[in-house]
Amino acid sequence: MMLGHISSLSLAAMMPGIILVVSLAALLQFFISYCRSLIAASVKQALSADVRDVAGIARTASGEDFGRILQLLRLCPAHPHDRSEIRAIGTYFRLLGFLRVSAGKLMPSLMSWTETERGQCAYFAAVALERRIAFSRDMLAEQMHV
Amino acid sequence: MLGPAAYCIWILCTLLEAGVVVCALARGSFRRYFTLNLYMAASVAMSIARYFVLSRYGFNSDQYYYFYYYSDAILTICLYFALMGLYSIVFEELGATTQVRVFSMLLLGGTALFSYGVVHQAESRMVTRYVVEMSQNLYFVGLILTYVLWGAVLKLRETRARVVQFVLSLGVYFSLYAAIYALRNLYPNFASVLAYVSPFTGTLLPLAWNYAYLRFDEDARFAPARLAVIPR
Repeated sequence: MMLGHISSLSLAAMMPGIILVVSLAALLQFFISYCRSLIAASVKQALSADVRDVAGIARTASGEDFGRILQLLRLCPAHPHDRSEIRAIGTYFRLLGFLRVSAGKLMPSLMSWTETERGQCAYFAAVALERRIAFSRDMLAEQMHV
Repeated sequence: MLGPAAYCIWILCTLLEAGVVVCALARGSFRRYFTLNLYMAASVAMSIARYFVLSRYGFNSDQYYYFYYYSDAILTICLYFALMGLYSIVFEELGATTQVRVFSMLLLGGTALFSYGVVHQAESRMVTRYVVEMSQNLYFVGLILTYVLWGAVLKLRETRARVVQFVLSLGVYFSLYAAIYALRNLYPNFASVLAYVSPFTGTLLPLAWNYAYLRFDEDARFAPARLAVIPR
């Protein structure tokens, strides 16, 4: 009886700890998948030559381009629908950077995976830049008409 | 006492929740994702009711405390129905919807009984502990069910962009809340700090669902290989 009481008390104390660990692991996986689904939507879109020139993307985007494209994005008027997704991808990019620095040296496959993902993040940002430039042009054209 | 920032987050969250229902109606998807929209409508109704209880009894009153946590538990149960709706959509071609529903309802009942059993052993502050314990367990079971659903999405090569976005955002939401409630259980002294994090977390789900309605058409598709964390 006493033993049963003690074990149920320790179960009650252990449960939140187990739930916390499992939840954080699941959160990480869901967050990565969610960001990948955001990026997947932009992968099919081709970049115009103008945006490639402005963003400095010769053939494929690399992780090094992300910061520069983000600065260009800040110069454009914000598109109403893309603020939260850019913020989410920015967080994902920083997470990838952390993974690259912390565990990348020990696992070469992780290093190359994070680099590919960082490149996809940069491509996503370039697509957002293209959208914002088009949005600015439309706004300007509307003002000209008025 | 709630400060201006907390009120702003609350109003923002309620507007976003109402926005989901409006977007679903505007995009002609209200019936298609009925349980999801029902949850959002219930959240708006609960927010309004919470405001009335708060303004009548005050932030530190027992009435507001109980109303907040019990309405939260009811909303989590509504979210289970939303999750079941997503299961129905993902499994509709396999014809296994009924089995999934029965299993989910049994799990829901089991979670409530398990929470009661764990708290009953502690005996002290029974009702208040039960509410926090049950919320933690409900969110955790919700997380497990979402994880299973995500596995099914990958296995069945589900490519509908909206469905994928709904499932993943739900996974982020459940895991965040399960972690917050587990932290509250582990460190009760930080409950007041975590109470400020919860409303902010609450805005993420309606924000993501608004985004899914606005950004993707019903016919939009993803390549399944792009979604798995480990490429196939």
